[in-house]
Amino acid sequence: MTATVTELDALESESIFVFREVAAEFERPVILFSGGKDSIVMLHLARKAFSPAGVPFTLLHVDTGHNFPEVLAYRDATVERLGLRLEVASVEEYIADGRLRERTDGTRNQLQTIPLLDAINRHRFDAVFGGGRRDEERARAKERIYSLRDEFGQWDPRNQRPELWSLYNGKHRPGEHVRVFPLSNWTELDIWNYIEREQIPLPSIYYAHERDVFERDGMLLAVGPYSKPRDGETVAKRTVRYRTVGDMSCTGAVASTAGSAAEVVVEVAASEITERGATRADDRASEAAMEDRKREGYF
Amino acid sequence: MSTLLRLATAGSVDDGKSTLVGRLLHDCKAILADQIAHVKTVSEARGGDFDFALLTDGLRAEREQGITIDVAYRYFATDKRSFILADCPGHVQYTRNTVTGASTADVVIILVDARHGVLEQTRRHLAVAGLLRVPHVVLAVNKIDLVGYDEAVFTKIAKDVNEVADQLGIADIQAIPVSALVGDNVVDKSGATDWYDGPTLLEYLENADGRIDNSQQPLRFPVQYVIRPQTDDEYRDYRGYTGTVASGTVSVGDQVIVLPAGRRTSVAGIDRAVVTATSTAVVERPSAVAGEAVTVRLADDLDVARGSVIVAAEASPGTRRELAATVSWLSDRPLTVGARVLIKHTTTTAQAIVTKITGALDLDTLGVIDATELALNDIGKVQLKIAAPLAADPYSRNTITGSFLLIDAHDGWTLAAGMIDDEEGELL
Repeated sequence: MTATVTELDALESESIFVFREVAAEFERPVILFSGGKDSIVMLHLARKAFSPAGVPFTLLHVDTGHNFPEVLAYRDATVERLGLRLEVASVEEYIADGRLRERTDGTRNQLQTIPLLDAINRHRFDAVFGGGRRDEERARAKERIYSLRDEFGQWDPRNQRPELWSLYNGKHRPGEHVRVFPLSNWTELDIWNYIEREQIPLPSIYYAHERDVFERDGMLLAVGPYSKPRDGETVAKRTVRYRTVGDMSCTGAVASTAGSAAEVVVEVAASEITERGATRADDRASEAAMEDRKREGYF
Repeated sequence: MSTLLRLATAGSVDDGKSTLVGRLLHDCKAILADQIAHVKTVSEARGGDFDFALLTDGLRAEREQGITIDVAYRYFATDKRSFILADCPGHVQYTRNTVTGASTADVVIILVDARHGVLEQTRRHLAVAGLLRVPHVVLAVNKIDLVGYDEAVFTKIAKDVNEVADQLGIADIQAIPVSALVGDNVVDKSGATDWYDGPTLLEYLENADGRIDNSQQPLRFPVQYVIRPQTDDEYRDYRGYTGTVASGTVSVGDQVIVLPAGRRTSVAGIDRAVVTATSTAVVERPSAVAGEAVTVRLADDLDVARGSVIVAAEASPGTRRELAATVSWLSDRPLTVGARVLIKHTTTTAQAIVTKITGALDLDTLGVIDATELALNDIGKVQLKIAAPLAADPYSRNTITGSFLLIDAHDGWTLAAGMIDDEEGELL
């Protein structure tokens, strides 16, 4: 018998509680699943919440078209193995038919918002699970676990419902939906400790591997179809891993020799730079880049 | 494994709360290099010194107006333990934010400006901490440097607050003289307060007890969701009731009652999920304690659904359709007698009518005065009639089965935080 509940157990129980509340109170919930570590942990927790039955939610991936092939392969293998249903909202398609235009800098994270909102409307999803954590970013630190979005998908940080005890209020009007963040109280270190404890497989790019990279704005970017060195940027083979995975053109790698979750835990605990600060060019755009994206309906 | 401590801060506008939180995080080395560089750049662009408040005030409007708008959650750890901090702003929607932060807190840190002493806001924050039964309260007497580190000023404020705390029944309160700006007694001991021999803020937080231990209370297990895989494998006939143990311990073989039906049965099994890359299964466990998310199977085939509560047979709370409760009113629209609302209590949501408003808390006297309506930020006593029977306990005995929300049935807004009174009907 477990006499005391450890920190990870407490976080796990809190997240499982949230999944069960949503399953019971919403009609059409969906999990945003990118094949990134946070969404993988989210899926793992959802499976635990309903075991031995299956996960009663659809998965939705907003595909920038700039994804790491290893991540897409992981996504598809997971869906196949667990018999899940996956919907894909494709930024590429929106660009191809003119509904969206490529940005001048070529990055696509910001372009995900409209395909996401369209998919939510089309499928009439009323609860949308996101893997966002409050420790990631200043605007996310203000987010509720249940975060109401109006019919335009907008987040209004000045007018959030109070969230008391563990009584989550999922009431919403037709056209509105609720973003649900079951990992709100997890930190990057908790995620890695949990991945190690539960032996959760991840896409290989999360662990140290050799890759041709070049340096830009203090980040190591991979040479690939969407990101090429400019004049003066030199390419070198380095041993790196990714702390986050996203649009290849603006997601940086970090120099690392960590080949296992246990080694990543040691590295993260000693890190002097935040996950997003180290790896996301788009969040460096301005003082409130994430807040602005979130207000428009971003994850 | 270290234990998690949940903190909430409360204070009035301009008493330096964000600065204190920024200082705490900074001196704990919980702020990473890129965040510090960011604050440095922004502070310099504004032509000022390093502004600790910018470490926590993240929204555009907060930075522009120099205020904190909404509760922000921060995460930090020392060698001793991990902390989740809810930074609650002190202006307009102050009570709403403080109640939100305090409802999940083990410790509330109430700030007082040493130059101003106890304000109405301070009394309100103390009342909320007392009402929500937050286990520990810290009184941070801030800006002690601006009163020349005067012991008499600190002692007077601590005495005033202790008197209020006594009236409110707050048992555990620790006063600490601090300067968030300079860093006195936040993480490091101040050289300027030799007359103070208590802990620094961080020392106090590292050593405070965590959650109230609910495992010694009688079993309460609100059912969230029923699992019936209906697959062709070994789980064909599986029927499990999922939930998080609200209080007590549940063990296989325990005699229990399922409310609201009131049927008696016993616990046939307690399952916890085991999930690997390829398999989804459960393992049986002999028991589970308060705080654990598990699945319970019962010996008899009863009508059990979301909203049912499985309770210890020897200590059933029974059910009721009428409640006397203390509410913290969180809406701009005032509450009047006859109002129809929704009540959310554990996993039950039902219609309710406010049949009586019996009084409101007067912050000056800390007594209850007559009231016919409750306005934003008021704390009052009400009676409710409810369309469904609730398995409820007094909040003083069980913060989970004793708490509820009132919700606007039309737009879904959360109107009030409610705490069920005990038999004596004491307000606080």
